Amino acid sequence: MAGTAIRRRLSWQRADVLAVQREARRAYRLSLRPPDWSGHLPGQHVDVRLTAEDGYTAQRSYSIASAPQQPGIELIVERLEDGEVSPYLTEVLRAGDLLELRGPFGGYFVWPAGDGPVQLIAGGSGVVPFLSMLGHHRATGGLRQVRLLYSARTFDDLIGQAELARQPSTVEVTVTLTRGAPAGWTGLTGRVDARLLAEHTIPPAQEPEVLACGPTGFVEAVANALLELGHDPIRIKTERFGATGGP
Amino acid sequence: MSFVSRGFTGRRRAVPAGRLPPGQYDVGDGFPVLSAGPTPYASLDRWDFRVRGQVDEERRWSWAEFQKLPRESVVVDVHCVTSWSKLDTRWEGVSVDTLLADVVTAAEFVVAFSDGGYTTNLPLADVTDGQAWVVDNYDGRPLAPEHGGPARLLVPHLYLWKSAKWVRGLELTVEDEPGFWESFGYHNYGDPWREQRYAGD
Repeated sequence: MAGTAIRRRLSWQRADVLAVQREARRAYRLSLRPPDWSGHLPGQHVDVRLTAEDGYTAQRSYSIASAPQQPGIELIVERLEDGEVSPYLTEVLRAGDLLELRGPFGGYFVWPAGDGPVQLIAGGSGVVPFLSMLGHHRATGGLRQVRLLYSARTFDDLIGQAELARQPSTVEVTVTLTRGAPAGWTGLTGRVDARLLAEHTIPPAQEPEVLACGPTGFVEAVANALLELGHDPIRIKTERFGATGGP
Repeated sequence: MSFVSRGFTGRRRAVPAGRLPPGQYDVGDGFPVLSAGPTPYASLDRWDFRVRGQVDEERRWSWAEFQKLPRESVVVDVHCVTSWSKLDTRWEGVSVDTLLADVVTAAEFVVAFSDGGYTTNLPLADVTDGQAWVVDNYDGRPLAPEHGGPARLLVPHLYLWKSAKWVRGLELTVEDEPGFWESFGYHNYGDPWREQRYAGD
């Protein structure tokens, strides 16, 4: 499997922070303008580095939320209570600051080539790389069938509501809420399991490319259920994040 | 003038000096899971470990045979390219030196290959002389599938993607052949102390 090898070193650069806006209950959208940006593939990430006055640094990876067709880049960062970088990015960083980053990185968990069907499955902030992919799909007027199954805790946790509401007819978005739904909610409730996948995703017979992204436990459960339903592991790509309590 | 992130002080854990490579943080009790596809579930009666490629004669161990090989316990720090490190992790398994004992080869590289199709490449010199193990036990328990069980490679002096999960063998090669992540823009060698995360670093 030949990847696009990036042999040029991608250096740290200081991006202008244009805006930091609340996106969902715990998520913020960072609009950035890196001075040297030659585009990205939908699904790629950047590394962000913070430096304290005494030279101490902390760095983390964040998926790009914006489509390549859009100027600059947007990141959506979920605030982790016990985190070190995300509290800074969501509470301290503001428009006018500079943010050190480098990228884009990762040539694997990206929008699949071709015109076959694509099934996206997101848990929580795992939807972020898919927003970039859906933006790309829309901007290029793609005709392939795309479905997104998106699991979030509550309605207020939903990331990308504005984008998800304006998808072309080739894209079907299904949302399930796992910790209670507001009055009048007509979408799904409950966790993603084999039954829910069977009812609300592209069946294995159509051989979709499946991309699943979310917390470890979510992706682990989804990937196992997909295998159970008969999807070929060769067409399942996963991206996991977050710590688990041990093996 | 060096760059400072306005208002950033950090939340630093007390880590003994010299334990964390540049750009890494101590994940503490957590143990994140990162893998490119579904977790494969290998059946132990069909599991084997192979040494093949540029060798005088291919070696193969069934699970039962592998269990009878001399075992070692190691306590090491591991470092993931996504910037977390985990200190004092306890593993048990078979040294790669044991698996390569008596192998006659002109190879200078190995490609570790795994269930699910994952591969990663390393210099042969980095998996010998007590630097690498095939481990099947973590913290006193059989290695869990999501962490690479039944057995994974452990090469703690390189970023953790080199410690292939679900490993099924080593292919010895004369030429260096990029593995999975190495073909997707990650560094070919991956030394955390030189912060070799991506190609060109």
